[in-house]
Amino acid sequence: MAQQKTGLVSLEEGGFAIFLVLLAFACLIVAGKTFDQVMAFHASVGALFAALGVFYIFKNYFDDGGQAIPQELDGKPNYNIGPIKFGAIAAMFWGIAGFTVGLVIALQLAWPALNFDLPWTNFGRLRPLHTSAVIFAFGGNVLLATSMYVVQRTCRARMPGKILPWFVILGYNAFIVIAGTGYLLGATQGKEYAEPEWYADLWLTIVWVFYLLLFLGTLWKRKEPYIYVANWFYLAFIVTIAVLHITNNLTIPVSIYSTQSVIVWAGVQDAMVQWWYGHNAVGFFLPAGFLAIMYYFIPKRAARPVSSYRLSIVHFWALIFIYIWAGPHHLHYTALPQWASTLGATFSIILWMPSWGGMINGLMTLSGAWDKLRTDPVLRMMVVSVAFYGMSTFEGPLMSLRAVNSLSHYTDWTIGHVHSGALGWVGYISFGAIYCLVPWLWNKKGLYSLKLVNWHFWLSTLGIVLYITAMWVSGIMQGLMWRAYDSLGFLEYSFVETVEAMHPFYIIRALGGALFVVGALIMAYNLWMTVRHGEAEEADALPAGSLAAAE
Amino acid sequence: MSDTHPKEVDQVSGVETTGHEWDGLKELNNPLPKWWLYLFYVTIVWAVIYWVLYPSWPLISSYTTGVLGSSQRAEALAALEEGVAGRSQFADQIVATPLEDISSDQQLLQFAMANGRAAFGDNCAPCHGAGGTGFEGYPNLQDDTWIWGGTLDDIHTTLLHGIRVDNDDARFGEMPAYGRDELLTKEEISQVANYVASRTGLETDEGVDLAAGETLYVDNCAACHGDNLEGIQDVGAPSLMSANYLYGKSLDAIKAQITNPRNGVMPAWEDRLDPATIKSLTVYVHAFGGGQ
Repeated sequence: MAQQKTGLVSLEEGGFAIFLVLLAFACLIVAGKTFDQVMAFHASVGALFAALGVFYIFKNYFDDGGQAIPQELDGKPNYNIGPIKFGAIAAMFWGIAGFTVGLVIALQLAWPALNFDLPWTNFGRLRPLHTSAVIFAFGGNVLLATSMYVVQRTCRARMPGKILPWFVILGYNAFIVIAGTGYLLGATQGKEYAEPEWYADLWLTIVWVFYLLLFLGTLWKRKEPYIYVANWFYLAFIVTIAVLHITNNLTIPVSIYSTQSVIVWAGVQDAMVQWWYGHNAVGFFLPAGFLAIMYYFIPKRAARPVSSYRLSIVHFWALIFIYIWAGPHHLHYTALPQWASTLGATFSIILWMPSWGGMINGLMTLSGAWDKLRTDPVLRMMVVSVAFYGMSTFEGPLMSLRAVNSLSHYTDWTIGHVHSGALGWVGYISFGAIYCLVPWLWNKKGLYSLKLVNWHFWLSTLGIVLYITAMWVSGIMQGLMWRAYDSLGFLEYSFVETVEAMHPFYIIRALGGALFVVGALIMAYNLWMTVRHGEAEEADALPAGSLAAAE
Repeated sequence: MSDTHPKEVDQVSGVETTGHEWDGLKELNNPLPKWWLYLFYVTIVWAVIYWVLYPSWPLISSYTTGVLGSSQRAEALAALEEGVAGRSQFADQIVATPLEDISSDQQLLQFAMANGRAAFGDNCAPCHGAGGTGFEGYPNLQDDTWIWGGTLDDIHTTLLHGIRVDNDDARFGEMPAYGRDELLTKEEISQVANYVASRTGLETDEGVDLAAGETLYVDNCAACHGDNLEGIQDVGAPSLMSANYLYGKSLDAIKAQITNPRNGVMPAWEDRLDPATIKSLTVYVHAFGGGQ
């Protein structure tokens, strides 16, 4: 239908332009009238971004004369890869930033003088900057980029809209900028993994709804009779994150001119909603989203069929149904009623096998292609990531049991557990996916250097091992020291003594983190060289089909 | 939608595919791994058993209590009571025994020292240091320089009521701000600071009138710090002859303290710790070596 209106501004372009113009004016009014300096800064940034958006829409319109984009070229789908390229670059940028901030705060824990006594660089502000940068900025961009790629390829359809995909990826990154600068300037609602204040939350909600529409729109346009398993996981991730985000961020702003807001939940209910969000943000952002990546990129890279269709269906639905119940295990031995705590723990145990279903399907897909692990470090990275996934999804249910939790809770064991999943699983599957994506997106035959991928793999594997073993030892030691009593019934160790005992492990952890950062820098260099100097792929060559290689 | 794709057999594994294909990706029609399925069932059965035994499911206005009658809150309270009861024999004795007699009863002393050590680590060490050696601004408890007195009773009073805090029996003593409130000129402050420095063995500035400094000292400082700089513990005025100064022993530090004095605080612990623990802390701190 767009073809008939050639030369006119489409409804989509006009709609986004009007929306962004209104937004820019609203931001300018807020910036002018606010008494809150952080709000003034953020509103100005918002106005600038919105104005740039309008400019871009019209520049694009005048450049292509309002021509509709063909859905197919030479009988093949005309995939939209611009936003995916942006997402891949953004992921690498935010990844390195997030890992580096992580290294800085690890060093601060070992040597607190590195706080520099400045408000912007103290641990309390940098810690959420680190977690948000790695989960939402790095992980989020990886998920956006891969989902846009995978859903188009497996549906054999171009993403709908001209502006919409760009709005989603740029709008999401604008959210990251607002959230991150907010932390540094002290604007936070103090909820773990949900620190951004009300206005950033509102903006993310808008972007996320458009993301859902974009994804559903592509599925709607699909030329395949069935929806590929990776897309089920992406869809579950998008829908659930929307529900979680909105419920946990139901706040009433103090005023539209203020960065501050008040949450509608109170007391233990607030705590429960927060950890229902917190656990499932971990559950649906990290496993569900990244399992989607696993289900596309591992079979693609290994050139083997997915091991079991049935397992993928059963573990998908089991995972989706059970994950959502497990949140209360974050609140053992608190004001949360015992029944809620028990329920959370039992569902966490039931979750063990549904989680492992993904690992089995990932690993067994390699059957008949195990030899490739010797020659292909990218595939090796992704397979090791699945192994880390299996390890941390076994450790998680274990730690959810009250008896184990009484030792592990509030200690560094938790930090070690999270990082075996974050560095090992999420990090490696993302690295693997980006290593695959970049040559595909920029039409290159392959990566600039597999040798550098090898270096990245071994350096960061050593880093992860140092990190998690240091945290296991330090965490379990910390827990045991806290609960040690002398013969007269007094605590054996003071808190300060436990901190002193952990110092060497903090140094080892920082060393592990440093190796991980170095690995990521090597990766960025490798990708840069691939894009700049890689050998171009012939125009009509397609990635090999899964069964072709076996013939 | 009917399945229109032809099924094929994967040549590597000999397993049939589902017949679907997306962007070159196919799926094998392998069954669920047996061990996986059975372990899944086992965890479900385990959970159901757990639900029967323990409080687990919410009802309209209550919850299922479980057949074991388990209550985490009751267990925690019982453990607390047991802990308190275990200590009460000695704790009661500590409260009943005069401070100076505690050290003569070996068992009681051992208990007081253990109690004091544990309480000191989590309550006092952040300011006074893990070994009680203090930091600048936080008194060293190991030396024999005491601001408010180092006898058992003095330490006990300081612990109970604190220094310069909101407590009816807190001890107050405030050094006047000679510079900030313009009680002395800059030159006079230099003279009196140099005089104090000369008396306590520090180097002095050249060409300063020490005699004038002495006169200023007698007029302004001696009432609290004593004619011979020995300090008066009743008003919390520290000895100026001691080896350690609370805010640093140097000419500059003395000038700074006279100009714009810092008056540090010590919390009153009677509202936070029980009487037996405060007495134990008294004995513990006294035994650091500086006790009088």
